Amino acid sequence: MGRITLDKVTKKFGDVEVIPPLDLTIEDGEFVVFVGPSGCGKSTLLRLIAGLEDVSGGEIRIDGKPATDLPPAKRGLAMVFQSYALYPHMSVRKNIAFPMKMAGMPEDEQKRRIDNAARALNLTDYLDRRPGQLSGGQRQRVAIGRAIVREPAAFLFDEPLSNLDAALRVGMRMEISELHKKLDTTMIYVTHDQVEAMTMADKIVVLRAGNIEQVGSPLELYRNPRNTFVAGFIGSPKMNLIDGAEAKKHSAETIGVRPEHIDVSPSEGTWKGRIGVAEHLGSDTFFHVHDTGLAETITIRAGGEVGLHHGDTVFLTPQADKLHRFDGQGLRIA
Amino acid sequence: MARAVSTRRKIGFTIAAWAVGLAIFFPILWTILTSFKTEAEAISSPPSFLFFDWTLENYTTVQERSNYFRHFWNSVVISLGSTVLGLIIAIPAAWSMAFVPGKRTKDVLMWMLSTKMLPPVGVLIPIYLIFRDVGLLDTKTGLVIVLTLINLPIIVWMLYTYFKEIPGEILEAARMDGATLRDEIIHVLTPMAVPGIASTLLLNVILAWNEAFWTLNLTAAKAAPLTAFIASYSSPEGLFYAKLSAASTMAIAPILILGWFSQKQLVRGLTFGAVK
Repeated sequence: MGRITLDKVTKKFGDVEVIPPLDLTIEDGEFVVFVGPSGCGKSTLLRLIAGLEDVSGGEIRIDGKPATDLPPAKRGLAMVFQSYALYPHMSVRKNIAFPMKMAGMPEDEQKRRIDNAARALNLTDYLDRRPGQLSGGQRQRVAIGRAIVREPAAFLFDEPLSNLDAALRVGMRMEISELHKKLDTTMIYVTHDQVEAMTMADKIVVLRAGNIEQVGSPLELYRNPRNTFVAGFIGSPKMNLIDGAEAKKHSAETIGVRPEHIDVSPSEGTWKGRIGVAEHLGSDTFFHVHDTGLAETITIRAGGEVGLHHGDTVFLTPQADKLHRFDGQGLRIA
Repeated sequence: MARAVSTRRKIGFTIAAWAVGLAIFFPILWTILTSFKTEAEAISSPPSFLFFDWTLENYTTVQERSNYFRHFWNSVVISLGSTVLGLIIAIPAAWSMAFVPGKRTKDVLMWMLSTKMLPPVGVLIPIYLIFRDVGLLDTKTGLVIVLTLINLPIIVWMLYTYFKEIPGEILEAARMDGATLRDEIIHVLTPMAVPGIASTLLLNVILAWNEAFWTLNLTAAKAAPLTAFIASYSSPEGLFYAKLSAASTMAIAPILILGWFSQKQLVRGLTFGAVK
């Protein structure tokens, strides 16, 4: 079981309030991702749940039981750190065994769990090595192994993939998602990478300056961002946000349209512009279109082999049903 | 970044380095050589370097006249005692300064270091009087206490620098894994800091072994370590150079050997944190 409830939780460092009163419920078995720009308080929030930082106010409950004043070890949570935080003087086997040793688990049970974890994480051949002799991906697996064997109520991940190279990151992303499907345990995952958030989460919590901007499934956030911050943060490439006269036409202060929701034509359309930089990804091409008469450069997404080039004149038409409208405060107009 | 250094420059640097090394070592070498000369040869001018009648006479005389092993034992007890006591105090202190620093931690560290800038003679009289009144004069206990206090700032600083290098996340991981503060220090922090603790221990043993000011001023006969043993041979009259050299050689030999065997550890310890 791993239902975690935050009730008006706040955190101050000195006089600086990094988390204003915050309410959040994480259901048992959910994969929740905290996402936001650096300094938004997402890691602090995770550390509050872990018990590595003390809350300044409010209450944390795990499975209905008050956990606010419990030390980290008593909360039944396991954490995977960005730096892996393996014990460098212990073998992989001893690293994985450490939490069980601390819990005073019988040796044969320890051995059984180590073998299971090692098999699941492809670490069987490395059990007698030191962390220093492993690659980044293997180290991260050891850290996950050390978390799994405790059979915790919830796993906490603090930017676990940011020290890995791009290819490994995709691989580990899949492994963590599969692990979640297999274990069906609550996971809370912190990242600044919205792609990780979109691909892994059941529920995304978007944070800015300690405030929750929106909570929802990846597609909910993608389809119905509550404000311009979420609209700009979720989705890649970023949503085009357009202010001024063009927005007024739609009786809004700001309108937003995603690059994939703009039709391109060589002859007719709403906005006429000139193609600037083209980013070819193979499957897709992103074009940055200037001189449309709008203040903003418009990004559009087209097919991989569309025959458009730098300097070409194009006509752009936003798909009307995919247009997002925001008011003066940046909030969504229904 | 690799830089091409010409062979000629390399040879030049090597010769210069050896020259400096020999210049530093020369007084010790000269002392050792003198200890094998007769008193007459020791003061002869021009001095003979290697071609003289080698003799062990001085060593026999020194052994007959004074009890080397009692002084040696005093040195061992005082230097090891003050080091172990210092570590027992300094490990928790450095732990708290490195991992749970307060607003004034830096000031405390600087203040501790500043006590090393005070000339020891400035506090000799008060300490001498206190020692006399509480009966610690010429006792090993008294010297252990004084040397612990004298070297404590260095021990705390060295350990603090070491502990600072240990990533806090590893200790947090241990906390998440269910380790108590005691488990954390025994199973995680100490094993990771062993190289640092070892070099601190070595350096402090050497400092305490060589310490002369306090050992000479606070001891007479009973607790006198090897420094006092050497000093007892610098007599104002008669010929004493060769015997003094023999006594010095016997006094520095143990620490020289210890230093030789642990030089790797010492160099690593002293440059730790400075070079990454």
